[in-house]
Amino acid sequence: MSTKLKPAVSSKDHIQGNKNAALELVEYGDYQCGHCGHAYPIIKAVQQEMGNKLKFVFRNFPLSEPHPDAFKAAVAAEAAALQNKFWEMHDIIYENQERLDWKALNFYAEKIGLDAGRFQEDIKINKVTVKVEDDFESGVRSGVNGTPSFFINGEKYDGDWEESELLQYLKSRI
Amino acid sequence: MKHIINIAEIKAWMLMAVSGKLIKTKPMLPIGINAPEFELNSTPDQKLKLSELLGKKVILAFYPADWSPVCGDQMTLYNETLKFFSKHNAQLLGISVDSKWCHLAFSKHNKFHFPLLADFEPKGMVAKLYGVYDEKEGECQRALYVIDEQGIIQWNYLSPTGINPGADGILEALEKLDNK
Repeated sequence: MSTKLKPAVSSKDHIQGNKNAALELVEYGDYQCGHCGHAYPIIKAVQQEMGNKLKFVFRNFPLSEPHPDAFKAAVAAEAAALQNKFWEMHDIIYENQERLDWKALNFYAEKIGLDAGRFQEDIKINKVTVKVEDDFESGVRSGVNGTPSFFINGEKYDGDWEESELLQYLKSRI
Repeated sequence: MKHIINIAEIKAWMLMAVSGKLIKTKPMLPIGINAPEFELNSTPDQKLKLSELLGKKVILAFYPADWSPVCGDQMTLYNETLKFFSKHNAQLLGISVDSKWCHLAFSKHNKFHFPLLADFEPKGMVAKLYGVYDEKEGECQRALYVIDEQGIIQWNYLSPTGINPGADGILEALEKLDNK
């Protein structure tokens, strides 16, 4: 229904690529969602192809009933962000979606080089949980109706994202 | 919330449908009128009357069918947004023509925390009453109503069947009511 990204991308967001790029791709994703796992390498390929012409942003949209590990995985990624390793955690989670319990998440934290003690503290702090919840609410208000949902330059993208359609669409916007 | 089923209106609408020229001839109910009363099974052994919810806002989410992909996504999303609805003193009711037993299985499978109402017999009677019955498919259309605490329809939205309308329109309608 809504087609506008609310709120707009800001310094609170996790941004990858050229922060000043004219093209901005925002994904609302769920770490336990199979479709998001399928989209993960596609987005990587899109980023590779678009290079510094693209800014990529990830926002959390965990659907906790069908995906009981999604919220904790999102918390783990936000906690990793406090050690400047959001994207490393984001990536390792999507590359190992089949195991997202705390034991696995702790293992991934260790593998990407996080300070384990600090990570254990950070997953419990309120602002990490609030970040995940705020992302979710922003998705609801932006009209996210499933995961993954994409927004390009603030407008909801309802086209296909598989194959090369998303890439072709982005290229057409340059 | 008065019982205002208008039999003559339903008959007229059914005649238009039978004529075969138009599949959907009756529009959604307008904003500002009393939401028509109905009573449907919310579980295999419990019925729910709309008037029981006077004093709360009510979100009616008509959807085509349990188990179909978009409906599942839509109801799954609403299951996650219940906390936003309850902040506005609103109760969500899902409605389709599936039976109470089908709803039970669908709801248990998805761990829904809101009632699914069975508009099963007479089939689609409430959907017809609310102008959201797809005669060709024999299913509810994908349609939303927001009803206020006094039982007055305050917002409606008809979505393309294949598109999950999300929850943003509902939230905006609820916020608008609270800011009146």
